[in-house]
Amino acid sequence: MSEVRVAGVGLTSFGASPNRTGRDLFAEAADSAFEDADVSRTDVEIVRYGNFMGELAEHQGHQGPLMAEAAGVSAPATRYESACASSATAIRDAVVSIRNGESDVCLVGGAERMTHLGTAGATEALAIAADDLWEVRAGVTFPGAYGLMATAYFDQFGGGREDLAHVAVKNHVHALENEKAQYQREISVEDVLEAPAVSEPLGLYDSCPISDGAAALVLVSDEYAETHDLAAPVAITGSGQGGDRMALHDREHLARSPAADDAAAEAYEDADITADDVAAAEVHDCFTIAEVLAIESLGIVDRGEGIAAARDGYTTVDGPVPVNLSGGLKAKGHPVGATGASQLVELTHLLEGHHPHSDAIDGDTVVAHNAGGTVASCVVHVLEVVA
Amino acid sequence: MSDDVRNDGYDDWLDALEGDQAFYLECTAGHGSLPPRRVCPECGSGELSETPLPTAGELDTFTVTHVPTPAFADDAPYVTGIVDFGPVRVTGRVLELDPDEIEPGLTVEATVIETDTTGERLVGFRPR
Repeated sequence: MSEVRVAGVGLTSFGASPNRTGRDLFAEAADSAFEDADVSRTDVEIVRYGNFMGELAEHQGHQGPLMAEAAGVSAPATRYESACASSATAIRDAVVSIRNGESDVCLVGGAERMTHLGTAGATEALAIAADDLWEVRAGVTFPGAYGLMATAYFDQFGGGREDLAHVAVKNHVHALENEKAQYQREISVEDVLEAPAVSEPLGLYDSCPISDGAAALVLVSDEYAETHDLAAPVAITGSGQGGDRMALHDREHLARSPAADDAAAEAYEDADITADDVAAAEVHDCFTIAEVLAIESLGIVDRGEGIAAARDGYTTVDGPVPVNLSGGLKAKGHPVGATGASQLVELTHLLEGHHPHSDAIDGDTVVAHNAGGTVASCVVHVLEVVA
Repeated sequence: MSDDVRNDGYDDWLDALEGDQAFYLECTAGHGSLPPRRVCPECGSGELSETPLPTAGELDTFTVTHVPTPAFADDAPYVTGIVDFGPVRVTGRVLELDPDEIEPGLTVEATVIETDTTGERLVGFRPR
């Protein structure tokens, strides 16, 4: 079985660029990835691309070939839609393809154009990741769904808004040196607690921003890397995917994310690691409570202890297992279809020593957690330095 | 989708709730689910029967939404809750109470209401 190497990565700035098309955003990210990889575009055999709301945001379906073309690649291309987990899902299929020997060079990534929709429009577009009949028609928004999970978490495990505020504060600190981040500024616990309510108990600063952006990676087989003398020390050594019932009310637990438990278990077994090996993680903190659920599912902390992890410094840049050293979705931004791929871009920089926080991690095994909906979909990847 | 197009199963369920005939779908193994279903989402059983929904449910969790989608622009702020009726949970609007009077464990019953913004039907929960 071939090993999957990360040959090159690329990222646009995340933030508000309302006049830029999705295809232009992805073209920029892909161009950076090719430049970083030193791989010829003509060697690309497949394109696997994630995007969530293209039909609503740009009146554009069938984005696979459009994005391959924008990237200057002539290869079969498929767009993956799995809500906010779209691009990790796309990457997972490229990993399988390389491992199976079906392809040696894949362009993967994702893009999303959102800010031109405005808050109401983006809220409406994001809500379609929930069950239209049984959730959206009942008034459930995306922050609302996570607000329901946060109330359930407090009820079952304790903790409160101030604990969640520390997650946001931490991720803003982590993003201070991230030049691609939407927010490079510190916030205080008071700022979070006093911010306008979005869906109580969650406020504006518990929520990731609405963002435009794209991310891309060039993945190659280890044989290709060797033949072409590529410097590609980082490998994707584990991949796992979990699923759950669509509507939050149909889940056994309202304050847990079993799909992430399953994705992590599969990815860890695939990579032959345990949670104790994880030196750092990029997790899907679309809302502060989501990071709490994610680190519990990844086994970074025990069940019920995720709420205190940021406050106690366990997941801060100085802590034993830093989480979201990029700033996470909260401060880096969340262009939905690009997010999962951007996590792998950040982790590759972290392992290769190019990240502002590369010196903060103790080990060479890191994980990415990308969740869709209220974690009805989840993909976890393990990245390691192998050479 | 045009507002005058029905969603079979879902709208039938709301009709039943309005007529005090609320039900859930029960498979032969006793799993509960909400329509439309051809099979049980838990076990795949195709033998589903309409079983009366227990009248009283318990509020599992809630949120107060201040930033709505456009379809709820005139409704906000509003309280959304998930209510456990035993065999199924249902999501809807918590009615009549101020948010600071609401906490998990509250006993409610389901009803059908209309949104202030569009007049579309949705599930409401009244305290019992």
